Amino acid sequence: MGSPALPSRARPDLSGAVLLLCAAALCLLVILPIGWLVVFAFTGRGGRFTLANFRLLFTDPAFLEPLVTTLILALSVSLICCLVAAPMGWIVARTDMPLRRAVRFLVLASFVTPPFLGAIAWELLAAPNSGLLNQLHRAATGAGPEAVLFDVYTLPGLVFVICCYTFPYVFVLVANALDRIPGELEDASAMLGGSAWRTARRVTIPLALPALAAGALVAFLQAMTLFGAPGILALPAGFHTMTTKIWSLFQYPPKPELAAAASLPLLVVTVVLLRAQSAVLGRRGYTVVGGRSGSPRPVRLGPLRWPALGLCLAMLSLPVFLPYAALVNAAFSRIPSQPLTLERFTLDHVRFVFLELSATRLALKNTFLLGLLAATLGALLALVISYLTARAAIRGHRVLGFLATAPIAIPGIALGVGLFLAYTRGPIVLYGTLWILLLAYLTIELPAAYQQLQASLRAVAPELEEASRVLGASRLRTLRNVTAPLLGPSLIATWCFVFVAVVRELSAAAILFTSETKVLSVLIFDLNESGDLAAIAVLGLTMLILTSAVIAAANRVPGFRGGPLVRNN
Amino acid sequence: MQPRNAGRRQVLRALTVAALALPLAARAAGPAPTKVTAELIQAAKKEGKVIWYTAVDLPVAERIAKAFEAKYPGIDMRVERSGGERIFQRIGQEYASNIHAVDVVNSSDAAHFIVWKRDGILAPYVPEDVALHYPAEHKDPDGLFASWRAWLSVIGYNTKLVKPEEAPKSFADLLDPKWSGKIVKGHPGYSGTIMTATFQISRDLGWEYFEKLARQKVMQVQSSADPPKKLALGERAVMADGNEYNLFQLKEKGEPVEIVYPSEGTPLIIGPSGVLKDAPHPNAARLLQSFLFSVEAQQLMVDFGGLRSMHALVKEKAGRKPLREIKLMKDDPAAVEKQADEIKARYSKYFKV
Repeated sequence: MGSPALPSRARPDLSGAVLLLCAAALCLLVILPIGWLVVFAFTGRGGRFTLANFRLLFTDPAFLEPLVTTLILALSVSLICCLVAAPMGWIVARTDMPLRRAVRFLVLASFVTPPFLGAIAWELLAAPNSGLLNQLHRAATGAGPEAVLFDVYTLPGLVFVICCYTFPYVFVLVANALDRIPGELEDASAMLGGSAWRTARRVTIPLALPALAAGALVAFLQAMTLFGAPGILALPAGFHTMTTKIWSLFQYPPKPELAAAASLPLLVVTVVLLRAQSAVLGRRGYTVVGGRSGSPRPVRLGPLRWPALGLCLAMLSLPVFLPYAALVNAAFSRIPSQPLTLERFTLDHVRFVFLELSATRLALKNTFLLGLLAATLGALLALVISYLTARAAIRGHRVLGFLATAPIAIPGIALGVGLFLAYTRGPIVLYGTLWILLLAYLTIELPAAYQQLQASLRAVAPELEEASRVLGASRLRTLRNVTAPLLGPSLIATWCFVFVAVVRELSAAAILFTSETKVLSVLIFDLNESGDLAAIAVLGLTMLILTSAVIAAANRVPGFRGGPLVRNN
Repeated sequence: MQPRNAGRRQVLRALTVAALALPLAARAAGPAPTKVTAELIQAAKKEGKVIWYTAVDLPVAERIAKAFEAKYPGIDMRVERSGGERIFQRIGQEYASNIHAVDVVNSSDAAHFIVWKRDGILAPYVPEDVALHYPAEHKDPDGLFASWRAWLSVIGYNTKLVKPEEAPKSFADLLDPKWSGKIVKGHPGYSGTIMTATFQISRDLGWEYFEKLARQKVMQVQSSADPPKKLALGERAVMADGNEYNLFQLKEKGEPVEIVYPSEGTPLIIGPSGVLKDAPHPNAARLLQSFLFSVEAQQLMVDFGGLRSMHALVKEKAGRKPLREIKLMKDDPAAVEKQADEIKARYSKYFKV
């Protein structure tokens, strides 16, 4: 035990054991559900090996159509997100547009919004007949009751809504990459006589391209594996995506074998795409190395400054301003489809949610308990694993790194199915407890947490840790007293990221919950089933307020500088 | 619990039990009725909690829960509302993993009680009100469940979007091309009401009706409580199926909705209630079951909820069409139980979801 890279110690400590334990937990977390998924996918009636599930999957139009729909959906979302997010990212990172910080903050607000809540808000806005925007359109143009400007219950409608809540991923990646491009390179191009356009074409764009490609990939994967928005919009629109189809396989009589088989294509596509990305980007040295380079010189937009801001705000009205206005309207208006006026104002829905709805308290408690636990444990686990891999502290650290990133390839719904299969039968039955949800959340959010912390850890010079070790501190103690404080802001950012992600998670929870372990996202999804839009609006707004409060509190932890999340580190 | 592909042995056993029970049931009508005693209340309060899985629309369910909590302070009542079919799936899934979370269950698909009875997961318990005031055809001979509520799955329309003289009068009228893109309906995969209605309509009118209806660009929602709400929003002009009781509630609040009892007959839905044998709060469960069948709860369900009661002492609310004046389709839970899977499969073939 211990590491070959460091001199052996006279006094044994628990570090090795604890670190190994984390490694073992990681294996259990990732390998067990995937293993069950694969086993079930090849299991027929009576437990025999079969390919029948896959034959059905690739011949029955009831499965083929959702598969094709999902691919069209994911491609369109990926393309549109890039077209919108790349220019916005450039404007925010490289120009002198006013209020750039506020725009970044608002992009985060759209990230904090769960896609299913966004989908419900867009139902309120753009349902063909009762949608507020369509009503406004008819009132403004005097068009007849048949006139429909937007119809959210269509494939383009669904693509649009998913784009609203996926583009932040692309935006953050592009903006951060542009932040890091040293101004000297652009200056050099300009000094050599390159025009602004030539500089952009030959220097800036190629340097930002890997980030854009990564963003396109993330958007594609997000759209492909998303359950929330399709779960709300696809049924009224009359089609299935793969995720809603998998979910419907849990209707009575449940067909877990088929659900497992249907999850595997999503898994395979994800793995192939991630491999392709690392193959393409891995060979080219895009990293901009160099000590302290000058911060990039902002491009002067001149008279275009305000139009640029207008454009950004118009874009942000789609995921943020309009949906939240619709939710506030629905929460306080007697009928959600009618614009709020004084005589239509009511507190009935608020009263109903907090005084009558008996599931509210339980769901709030479960959600925040799980959020806090998953964020804390997830950040710790990610810290330990990234320490092990970044410092090559144990043998097999590469495998650990791979395992910690692997869940990125598991769609939430597939993970839900896998965990359901793993923990509804002996020896360990976790279904029906909060533990199974905690496991799901930890597994889903681990890759992002790990990647964030690993990147930050690489920036911390190992000399400080070595000094601590030379003075006799164990690995664990060094990690706690030296490494963790150095990583402070990144740790907080990771914690917040996991917390937000847990609160907005629906796909795994929709499969794993029981009445005692209901979470907010599932409660809202259930309320949508019976069309209780006003109650959803009240709960959704509550959820947003509480989430923001927790993030604000986390950023005030003494000893850490505030606002790391806002800076998109 | 996997009743529909249960082993032959279990089926045989169930048949034997049924055969033995039948002559007995004919003589003595199941277990003796139970009064609500001070001891029962005391024991229920000690448990302090009761969990009710129900398919009734959420505001009605929560109103009943509040009434129960007011009458028996100290007992926390939690409502788990979901579509009947999803409740059925959930209990199956939970029981298969030995999770016994539910105390009392009410589904909107009476066929589920046939399955639960066969699986032996219900406890015999006859509230006094059921013994005294309920007709024989609305209580299980073995005392495992009784018809807690009844309602209809009706056609409805938004009066701002459709004039009364142009409104559909029958299921056949809904196939008129003028309703294309204007219809909303529930889904039998989620809602027990829609499952039951789909069975009755397909039996009486044939599956061709649904095949043609599917070509009307129908807006598909899940719960049978949702189509009435979509009408009130003005999102669709007409609903092809959905709860009569939600329309009563909306109409009496002044929303622009109207009920149509189709000329072919209206599907009648029965929602029984039963106590689970492995209820985590057995005394509170029995107290709740007694409360649910009391005049007080039944009248509340009728007046506030717009539902129909089988309790002899409960009065229908003025202004609503009495049940006896409506031409009904016949309910047949045993047949629904046998055909449920086929109904879901055919339905999703026609409607694509």
